[in-house]
Amino acid sequence: MNEGRKEVIQIVFLLIGIIFLFKLFFIQVVDDRYKNLADGNAIRKEIQYPVRGIITDRNGKLIVYNNPEYDLMIVLHEVHAFDSTRFTKVFDLTPLALRGLFKDFYKEIRNKKANSLQPYPFLRQLSNFDLAKIQDHIDEFPGFYIQARSTRAYASKAAANVLGYVSEISKGQLDGDKTTIYRQGDYIGQSGVEKYYEEYLRGQRGVKFFMRNKDGVIKGSFEDGEADTLSIPGQDLTSTLDLDLQEYGEYLMAGKAGSIIAIEPETGEILAMISGPSYDPTLLTGKNYSSNFVQINSDTLKPLFTRPIMAQYRPGSIFKIAQAMVALQEGVITPETRIRCIRKGMAGGLIGCHGPHTNEDLRGAITNSCNPYFHGVLRRMLNQGKSDSPFEDTRIGLAEWDKHIMSFGFGKPLGIDLPNEKGGLVPSPAYYDRAYGGRPWKFSNIYSIAIGEGENLVVPLQMANFAATVANRGYYITPHMVKSIGKGGKPLPPYTAKHFTTIDSANFRIAVDAMERVVLEGTGKHRAQLKDVIVCGKTGSVQNEPHPDHSVFIAFAPKKNPKIAVSVYVEFSGQGARAAASIASLMIEKYLYGGTKRPQIEEYVLRGKFL
Amino acid sequence: MLYGVMVLWGWLNIYSATYDANQSIFDLSINSGRQMMFIITSFVLIAAILIIDMRFYETFAYVIFGAVMFLLLLVPFIGKEVGGNRAWIGIGSFGVQPSEFAKFATALAAAKFIGSVGFKMDQLRNQTILFGIIGAPILLILLQKDYGTAMVFLVFVLVYYREGMSPFLLLVGLGVAIIFILTLLVENNWILYGIIAFAWSLAIFFNRKKKFKRMAVITIGAFVLVGTIFSVDVIFSKLEDHHQKRVMVLINPELDQLGAGYHVYQSKVAIGSGGFMGKGFLEGTQTKLKFVPEQYTDFIFCTIGEEQGWIGSILIIVLFMALLLRIVFLAERQKNRFARVYGYSVACIFFFHFATNIAMTIGLFPVIGIPLPFFSYGGSSLWAFTILLFILLKLDAHRMQVLQRI
Repeated sequence: MNEGRKEVIQIVFLLIGIIFLFKLFFIQVVDDRYKNLADGNAIRKEIQYPVRGIITDRNGKLIVYNNPEYDLMIVLHEVHAFDSTRFTKVFDLTPLALRGLFKDFYKEIRNKKANSLQPYPFLRQLSNFDLAKIQDHIDEFPGFYIQARSTRAYASKAAANVLGYVSEISKGQLDGDKTTIYRQGDYIGQSGVEKYYEEYLRGQRGVKFFMRNKDGVIKGSFEDGEADTLSIPGQDLTSTLDLDLQEYGEYLMAGKAGSIIAIEPETGEILAMISGPSYDPTLLTGKNYSSNFVQINSDTLKPLFTRPIMAQYRPGSIFKIAQAMVALQEGVITPETRIRCIRKGMAGGLIGCHGPHTNEDLRGAITNSCNPYFHGVLRRMLNQGKSDSPFEDTRIGLAEWDKHIMSFGFGKPLGIDLPNEKGGLVPSPAYYDRAYGGRPWKFSNIYSIAIGEGENLVVPLQMANFAATVANRGYYITPHMVKSIGKGGKPLPPYTAKHFTTIDSANFRIAVDAMERVVLEGTGKHRAQLKDVIVCGKTGSVQNEPHPDHSVFIAFAPKKNPKIAVSVYVEFSGQGARAAASIASLMIEKYLYGGTKRPQIEEYVLRGKFL
Repeated sequence: MLYGVMVLWGWLNIYSATYDANQSIFDLSINSGRQMMFIITSFVLIAAILIIDMRFYETFAYVIFGAVMFLLLLVPFIGKEVGGNRAWIGIGSFGVQPSEFAKFATALAAAKFIGSVGFKMDQLRNQTILFGIIGAPILLILLQKDYGTAMVFLVFVLVYYREGMSPFLLLVGLGVAIIFILTLLVENNWILYGIIAFAWSLAIFFNRKKKFKRMAVITIGAFVLVGTIFSVDVIFSKLEDHHQKRVMVLINPELDQLGAGYHVYQSKVAIGSGGFMGKGFLEGTQTKLKFVPEQYTDFIFCTIGEEQGWIGSILIIVLFMALLLRIVFLAERQKNRFARVYGYSVACIFFFHFATNIAMTIGLFPVIGIPLPFFSYGGSSLWAFTILLFILLKLDAHRMQVLQRI
């Protein structure tokens, strides 16, 4: 009667055993979740923040360094009940503020941004002074500890725009980060050199593991510290800036909007890059970052806008140098070609002129910045008679013209080692097709580009680079901000290659001579001429109806073996011969001789307020 | 042999579970040291069991049963309270749990009764007595609020089934258990009522030509199921708070990780983190750092799971399977009924402990205080399991004598 029941019982036994095997296989081998949970339980991870690389100028002067700063971290799991009155006293908080901090913390936990097992910054950015008060008492509060990290500090307030600032990584940046290097609360370079060289500056974070038991009591290091890693400091950068020159430039730009860029032509190194108005970089560091940022960002003069690389202007008369060289290269004029200056009669009265001259050759036309002359030059350039149709002929000419002009680095970003560089505009045939909606166009429609007005757009950096190209008689090295990554290092590879223009260096020599004469006897005579050195320059005024013109000047010096090339834009300040030429020559003087011998010029510049 | 391997392995794991670098495994002030003592005394017990004449066990079965029941009765009055349960009788610095010994006493009593001359399973009177034999320790242990140990005695139903009791009772028990869990899982009881009604009408429909009697049985069955659903809420609310939560946690493990679900959650984390090969002896972080509560007694399996991984877990399960099947084999080859029933009781008791203990550590069963035989720390349980097993071995060694005498 009981046959088979033995088997039933044995099968039940075996069945249970097999169920266990499967279940165990699933949770032990298949499911990784428990492994991570176990580590979260038993291991506290403490981040060791790396020290960010410092930035010095070309002569080794400190510009940007680090200040120690401390966060009070909380590990809720390890916190014991504590005397909150004592806590508020030690940490200098009101009871209400303490409650608020806990409220925020719990909210983060609910949002899964934090958890009770791993450290979370409870109080941020404590100073050295705060630390001294807290340090002796921190042991009274298990579950709290001090974590050291560093914030930026500035030895000089100069070059804030180009060096950029550092702040906590935003949620958007964190979501968009594909490197998985960053964690919430990390600092990241937000603009300028700090952003461009982030991967070199940031270093590598280290981590220390501690074992703790279920009551949150630390039981020593995990696996004798074998898994711990030390933080690796970021690499120091030597910038190409000359801090003295940079500070002097900012001193001169006080109260003005615009930019000054100084480049060492031979190397493409940027000696100074001033964006006016600027801001105090110390405001964007430390505790009050948020409120200060809002204030700076909402300033109507846009101090965060880096004009040297982002402001696009029409190039103005300084473009005539390029125009002349292109025409010479194409053989449509010679240095001896004379074109009558008929003053206001040109092009239906739209192009006027200035200064006492009537019938100049090329050098004279540049010296006096003669508008009708260059109107004529461009006509010869664009309408070379290669086609019977005036429309087709202009199209062919313009394409040729574009090729030459763009070889100077116009019309596209130069590729400086700074973020958000703009490229300006060199109008192409396709551009005019779009602009005219398919209707035909010819020279008489587009002649404004002859004198650097019209559709052309450049950023001040491109003009400085142009000055450097002329100084080098035919080539440029892409301007850059960083001379060396690490000690005795090199600049990044793109910043050592020479870029040659499509113009022969013989034609450059003609341009150099003309620019010398601009300063000796032409439009730059009064403000830009220096006693000890030959300065080559060209003035420009960018029409800006109905406001006053922007004043523009480019220059380099000395004529032989140029050491410095400069472009200056001063917004709303009238003719380039005045404010911009003065500033440019003062910068050259400062760089070559350490100071000016013309205090009246310096005073003139400082008096000028054009905002 | 199996016994030796298990006890030694269990000992090493207790050492690991309470490991502290400064202490030797033999140190009497820690659990592993004490467990060693228990193991040594077990050998003494084994010797004693094997020396005593085999007829002693059968003859004095009821006496032993009676004595242990008496001790159980005394426990609520003279016992000391450990971990919320008053289940211990203190002897010096060591405590003894009479409920552990009730297992083999009950096994002996049940075996003796079934093995007595003229016993017939289908007599209602005999069945009532059998349920009385397991009912007595259950009731007395419930008085101590030790629900886990009380549940062990339910496993005797399996033994009775082997000896001829109708499977009906087992099936009804299983059915009620399933319905109970379903009721907790399914929010709306009406769905269950609907299913039962549907099943009932189907059954009636297909039995139309059959006897009226069977229809009555089916109808009564349906009412029992409906009654179970009704009673779930009632029984559930009668359960103590922490038991309620333990059951709820089983159904939804993420419910309360720091409260009632803490045991199971941490236990699963520990076992799950072991991986395939385990973290190595004495290397487990979860058990070393005491995240798993009671890791040296009821949750000793976590230590194994974490430090020896899936390989270690398999070995444990294979060991137990081998032990269980070996016991069943021994029981089947007995010549008299007493020894056979006793053998099955031993197998079923081991099975229940093994199954529920591991099931609760991996979250398949509510947490009840059931030790893993030979592995968990504790003198009473080790002695009790040793006695259980070696009485069987003694009986087996003399099975030929029994035949001769009859």
